[in-house]
Amino acid sequence: MSATEQELNAFRQQVSAWLADNKPADPGFLLPQSFMEVGTEQQLEFLREWQYRVWNAGYLGMAWPKEYGGGGVEPVFQSIVDQEMRRHAVPICFNVIGLGWAGPLINHIGSEEEKARYLKGILTGEDIWCQGFSEPDHGSDLGNAQTRAVRDGDEYIVNGTKIWTTMGNFAKYMILLARTNPNAERKYDGLSFFLSPMQVPGIDARPIRKITGEYGFTETFFTDARIPADCLMGAEGQGWKIAMQTLQYERGAEAGAAGGLAFVRVLINDMIEELRDMTRDGEPLLRDPVVRDQLVQLIMEEKANALCEKRGAIQALGTDYPFSLQLSHKLRFSEYGRRMRQFAVGLQGAAGGLYVGDAQARQGGFWQRAYFNNFSTTIGGGTSQVQANIIAEHVLGLPK
Amino acid sequence: MTVINNTSLAFDEDQAMILDVARDFCRERSPIGAVRAQLDAPLGYDQALWQEMVGLGWPGLALPESVGGSGLGIRHAVGIAEAMGRALLGTPLISTTLAAQLVARATAEERVDAFLADVAAGVPATVALLENPDWGSDQCQCLFDESGVLQGAKHFVPDAQAAGWFVVVTRHRELPALALVRADQLPAGAIVPHTLIDETKRAATVDFSGVQLTPDAIIAGEQVTVALCDFYLLGALLTAAEATGSAGACLDTTVEYLKTRKQFGKLIGSYQALKHPCVDILMAIDSARSFVYHAATLLEDGSLGRDAEIACRMAKAQAGDALLQAGDRAVQFHGGMGFTYECDAQLYIRRAQWSSQQFGDALHHRKRLAALLLDTAA
Ligand SMILES: Cc1cc2nc3c(=O)[nH]c(=O)nc-3n(C[C@H](O)[C@H](O)[C@H](O)COP(=O)(O)OP(=O)(O)OC[C@H]3O[C@@H](n4cnc5c(N)ncnc54)[C@H](O)[C@@H]3O)c2cc1C
Repeated sequence: MSATEQELNAFRQQVSAWLADNKPADPGFLLPQSFMEVGTEQQLEFLREWQYRVWNAGYLGMAWPKEYGGGGVEPVFQSIVDQEMRRHAVPICFNVIGLGWAGPLINHIGSEEEKARYLKGILTGEDIWCQGFSEPDHGSDLGNAQTRAVRDGDEYIVNGTKIWTTMGNFAKYMILLARTNPNAERKYDGLSFFLSPMQVPGIDARPIRKITGEYGFTETFFTDARIPADCLMGAEGQGWKIAMQTLQYERGAEAGAAGGLAFVRVLINDMIEELRDMTRDGEPLLRDPVVRDQLVQLIMEEKANALCEKRGAIQALGTDYPFSLQLSHKLRFSEYGRRMRQFAVGLQGAAGGLYVGDAQARQGGFWQRAYFNNFSTTIGGGTSQVQANIIAEHVLGLPK
Repeated sequence: MTVINNTSLAFDEDQAMILDVARDFCRERSPIGAVRAQLDAPLGYDQALWQEMVGLGWPGLALPESVGGSGLGIRHAVGIAEAMGRALLGTPLISTTLAAQLVARATAEERVDAFLADVAAGVPATVALLENPDWGSDQCQCLFDESGVLQGAKHFVPDAQAAGWFVVVTRHRELPALALVRADQLPAGAIVPHTLIDETKRAATVDFSGVQLTPDAIIAGEQVTVALCDFYLLGALLTAAEATGSAGACLDTTVEYLKTRKQFGKLIGSYQALKHPCVDILMAIDSARSFVYHAATLLEDGSLGRDAEIACRMAKAQAGDALLQAGDRAVQFHGGMGFTYECDAQLYIRRAQWSSQQFGDALHHRKRLAALLLDTAA
């Protein structure tokens, strides 16, 4: 039976009150704006504690099965929590690769044993997950991944290099795409999917410094690393299919995530409020006709994205281009974010040239850092160009 | 309150049913051959087809049952406009719907019932508003004297050639007023057709000089000013809905060509320089469609509020630009073929040029949106 409006409203109030009481105070150090920006132990411990507190209060994984640490209720409850979290501007639930990608995957296609072994630790934040898909020579062309996994008794021996592994140095588990059959006729058919442990000899995750000067991802080397054979998800050769399903969750095209915020949303309203006191040519910036027109275009874009998200749920308005709104979700939000943040920095006059650490940087360099970090969404999870290919081919039916 | 604020989007069963019926009807009755057959016809549409639309109750959709209408809200007309745009189906339906909205919103007096009943019964009507090309101008020199005789001309009057009724925007005691004029009151030669860039549409200059108004034909009072604002926003919205439909059809035409034309031994649709702009256009159309139905969600029978105004303006700005982009690329992506009269790309780019200039172009609306969004303290 589905919840009544009254119940949902009461629940919303309860969540809101809890968040107001439990929102952590500013820790005094720079917090990650997304799960791809966790660079220090200090940040990690702060976020881990927060995620645990949210789960412990019953506000994470609400729609996941009860027996695996979830709440066993309708997804609408988690949606309400997420909305309220956004409204209260609380920190992110950082274990996103588990909560948002590996978790739903295990929930939907995993065995009972896999569910029992992995799901709860994802929710509590005890088990951090990372994703080993990209390689130095194979990023967009993921189907060509060459990291090898060779069966040896009840183990696989893994050799190769993964890269851009978000939280690779903190993770306990990795969703790993590796080649079990280099002779397969189609390159895709040689791939297999593993729920691999990270703390085994032969796996070395070395942090890489990012564009922002901070840390957050690693280059991950596998040198004769032995992982148990029961880490294989599905059967050998199904890796590509499973990886594609994972990417559907990652790109927001398919539901099932545990919930919580993966990103601190940066909204145009915040930017406009922040700019109200600025001037251009000695006049209030918001009086400048060119700036005004560009701001209106950005406001329209942000609003259109929100409306498209809503329209995606209305079947009668989605028949023209099936899956268009779902498949373009990532491209829309990430490219908009990039343009909006770049514009925000550009409006700052000479202060636009300052960075985090400068006492005179506006909001401590928030917009500069936010602009840089936004590239994680236009590159990670499949670049914008690759997204455009996917939409052209799958929605418009254009040839490869 | 934030600059994004209201994001309501609802679509009820009536709307869904009307959209379905309208799409099927327009697809069957207005294939591209039928559209082309009307390009140089004086009225620009098939009278029998119009009668079928009247039979479906479309002109009176948003009029009360007491005058023969269906008693639905104006939001229900939005899907029809989109479906017509998709099929490039002309006819005076949009002009007529808007004329009736203007009058019904300007007064509740029974003396306009005859006019509204005519509209519901399928007599085309139109609003004579502009005296110069500037949608932001409030120039109004088409005035009547003490004995009720009109003097002055209006330009860009849509579907004037077909109209049985004109709703003339005039002034009375310094305030905007409306005058209802029947086509048979016009002197011979009063209607001088424009040559439009969009050959599926019709418009004319209409000289109302010498028309004798009866006192009953004049609608004055403060409500007229409010009704005119609503009319102009509804006009922007229905034009946006129509443009959104046309943009979708235009994209389909381009994509179809990209899937069949080969160069360098490959289907040209495999080239990303063609593929990615198609995706941009698809997303622009998706945004337009979301704005259009968001605006429809906010329409009330009463006068339009601030959120509805913002929504209508955004819909028009977005849809106009989306169609321009779709039409422009349709021509380019057809190569030499795209430069011909025979290629359907011309129909869409011509519609785009026309459509973007109805009820204010994108810049016009964004300028007003800036004031609405940025000048009030959030
Ligand atoms: C912050 C961040 C976090 C990440 N986290 C992870 C992670 O946790 N796990 C993981 O596995 N990966 C991760 N990635 C990697 C990410 O998925 C890859 O960077 C991405 O898929 C692109 O691959 P690449 O870097 O090899 O670039 P390339 O594929 O070499 O692309 C270079 C350029 O070529 C363009 N290009 C490539 N192919 C095409 C094509 N067919 N058509 C048009 N243009 C094309 C691309 O758009 C790009 O602009 C992360 C990346 C970032 C930036």
